[in-house]
Amino acid sequence: MSETAVASQRLDRTIAHAEADSKNIFGFWVYIMTDCVLFAGLFATYAVLHNNTFGGPPGSQLFSLPNVLAETLALLTSSFTCGLAILSAHRKHKNKVLFWFAVTFVLGLVFLGLELTEFRHLDQTGNSWRRSGFLSSFFTLVGTHGLHITVGLSWMAIMMLRVWRAGLTRANVRKLTMLSLFWHFLDIIWIFIFTIVYLLGAIGI
Amino acid sequence: MMLFAGLLGKLSWSAFPTDAVTRGGALTVVFAAVGTLVLITYLRRWKWLWREWLTTLDPKRIGVMYILVALLMLVRGGVDALMLRAQQAISVGNNHGFLSSNHFQQIFSAHGTIMIFFVGMGLMFGLINLVLPLQIGARDVAFPFLNSLAFWLFVAGMLLVNLSLVVGSFSAAGWLAYPPLSELQYSPGVGVDYWIWALQIAGIGSLLSGINFVTTIVKLRAPGMSLMKMPLFVWSVLCTMSLVIFAFPILTVTLALLFLDRSVGTHFFTSGGGSNVMMYVNLIWAWGHPEVYILVLPAFGVYSEIVATFARKKLFGYTSMVWALWAIVLLSFTVWLHHFFTMGAGADVNAFFGIMTAVIAIPTGVKIFNWLATMYRGRILFASPMYWFMGFVVTFTIGGVAGVLMSVPAIDYQVHNSLFLVAHFHMMIVGGVVFGYFAGITYWFPKIFGFRLNERLGKYAFWCWFLGFLLAFIPLYILGLMGATRRLDHYSASLGWQPLFIVAGVGVAVIAAGVGFQVLQFIVSIVQRKDNLDTTGDPWNGRTLEWSTTSPAPFYNFAVIPDISERDAFWAMKHSKAAKPQKVEYADIYVPKNSPMGLIIASFAFLFGFALIWHIGWLAVVGLLGIIVSVIVRTSDEDSEYKLTAAKLEKIEAEAAARREKYA
Repeated sequence: MSETAVASQRLDRTIAHAEADSKNIFGFWVYIMTDCVLFAGLFATYAVLHNNTFGGPPGSQLFSLPNVLAETLALLTSSFTCGLAILSAHRKHKNKVLFWFAVTFVLGLVFLGLELTEFRHLDQTGNSWRRSGFLSSFFTLVGTHGLHITVGLSWMAIMMLRVWRAGLTRANVRKLTMLSLFWHFLDIIWIFIFTIVYLLGAIGI
Repeated sequence: MMLFAGLLGKLSWSAFPTDAVTRGGALTVVFAAVGTLVLITYLRRWKWLWREWLTTLDPKRIGVMYILVALLMLVRGGVDALMLRAQQAISVGNNHGFLSSNHFQQIFSAHGTIMIFFVGMGLMFGLINLVLPLQIGARDVAFPFLNSLAFWLFVAGMLLVNLSLVVGSFSAAGWLAYPPLSELQYSPGVGVDYWIWALQIAGIGSLLSGINFVTTIVKLRAPGMSLMKMPLFVWSVLCTMSLVIFAFPILTVTLALLFLDRSVGTHFFTSGGGSNVMMYVNLIWAWGHPEVYILVLPAFGVYSEIVATFARKKLFGYTSMVWALWAIVLLSFTVWLHHFFTMGAGADVNAFFGIMTAVIAIPTGVKIFNWLATMYRGRILFASPMYWFMGFVVTFTIGGVAGVLMSVPAIDYQVHNSLFLVAHFHMMIVGGVVFGYFAGITYWFPKIFGFRLNERLGKYAFWCWFLGFLLAFIPLYILGLMGATRRLDHYSASLGWQPLFIVAGVGVAVIAAGVGFQVLQFIVSIVQRKDNLDTTGDPWNGRTLEWSTTSPAPFYNFAVIPDISERDAFWAMKHSKAAKPQKVEYADIYVPKNSPMGLIIASFAFLFGFALIWHIGWLAVVGLLGIIVSVIVRTSDEDSEYKLTAAKLEKIEAEAAARREKYA
């Protein structure tokens, strides 16, 4: 095979890779949109049921805003460090990628820990999801977000392992890009939860 | 947790059927399953089945499997329909028929669930898989593995519905399982849980397919195929899949909330504890109304292709057809409340939804008139796909006009939950969706298998379906206006409904004869395939790209990706004055390897669903872990494609050309 033919085939492969990247990332955006609709359904349910306390305490008596502020700061910071990790990935700095994802991972764990503490406290004081329609929708909405965070953390752990072993291959960078999209998306959902559930709940709307 | 106590959860010997009718159903399912397994073993086809079908990522083969499952389920749902109508024809006065009330309720719940999710959706995804990549000049879908996974999740859901015949019972709460009837307090058995998990698993498959096909259409079109040059079937799929990605997550949420109510004691729809039952009804229809358009839009796409081909004219009003599709997409999210005007939301709300409902008739009317205008002064070839189309125009128009009538809230109050409504939506879904997909199967069959279906038997099947259909459903309009409500398993003789119910029952039997002709059509066509071979690859004088390949289409679809410059690309190629290139330049292409992981993940999903239905804790953990580990294994496999070299490609193409010449 002539050199130009080899070069042209290599170019074809590069184009094919670029097309695969754009196809995968586009597909992931579409997936995120479906997840957005899923959360919209849960927000709608919460909006309908949030005053149905059935004689139990409303949100203003249950939510601890300092705790929620700590959760929010942990998650927002983790989104920032996740962004730093992706920048390093594009610059092919493997160790920096691992470092920033490790920081992101720890911050995510902190968030999850705080959330579970809150859930446990509510359950122990007799305000579980069984108490009222309001609490059912609260636990389901916030819990679904927490479940997504758990999935994100597991994915992050696997990706860190893969990057550590195989380096920043094209496929790994593509997957890291999707992971970071997912993580920022969860951050945005949390902003809505923070505002609609906790802030509006604290002032009793 | 008390909930998941015991090795077998709620499962015990009492879960197996005891009375004659249900035992008959159970035995049929068991015999069919065992019989199939024995037959495959006897024919020594396991290896072939595994390599060529079960692990395939070729969308055409996945499409064939979708359609096979859907046709099988059509028979299952059809038997349900026969039992329902037979019961209604005889259960009058002192005669209480052969079905108990509870069993009757399970049958109509299963009939609706199966027909929508496993027949309608199955035929739709089947045809899309067969045709869509070919029509856009692509070798594959965007995510071949996701496609296989979606199919196997669909199968897992289908198996759960049918398993309920053998182990336990199915939901008796209607095809949409309205609470509080579907709540634990009123439906303590496992039926509703079967319903939830069958739909949840199949629904997630549909969602994945939605993502897949939107990406396919946006990213994989052949060079030069701008949006407004896409065939109308492709447009209809893009619209439908947009609806899927916006509507199906709502179903996921709704089913999950109902399951939480039933299993961990939340209060979403229990009618106690500060719940809101109407929230469920709103949510399920916010998915459910778009769902009926999800089913029908690809059928509209099929009709658009068929009418243009058989009238041998380009489609009339292409641009208006595209905009009509998008108008339907948008409007379909603004009408869900018309399913329950009687909720009592007030005159203003009802007026809004009533008007939006009536407005949908406009884009739909645009489409009907465009099809008729396409036929006008065309040299029409009346092959059997055209028969289905003509039948559709009649039934869909009757059903559609009844729908506009019901969009007026005051009239809807009169006919709400009556057989008038049942007649209306069957006219839309059978006359619109099913006829369309039958037409599509007949039309594209030669592209996939290389020979045409028997025309004469196809036309017999059509006439049985069409006449039987009118016999079965026109009486229901009249009965509905006489006050007969839906889901009746017994009524008083003095009402005078029995003659009409008997006519409806005869109609269903005539439809069953139509199904018989279809089965015969497949058998006869396969036996006599040498007489109907399609050696040209273009049996109908087609207009779109799928007809430019050989029949059957090779697994890579196109050896060389075509360049598109016009709408009806293949028609333009056929009639182009420019000289055809003599020597084709082949290049290496990359084809996905087979993978069993879709089947494996779906099997774990099946176990997971089964475990949650029967509250078997350890099995649920096994199922979930199985899913997670399989996903990790699959995603770490970087080597999912193999290279088909230019030389090999040239050889396959040359062989196909030689075969073509031999038969021609």
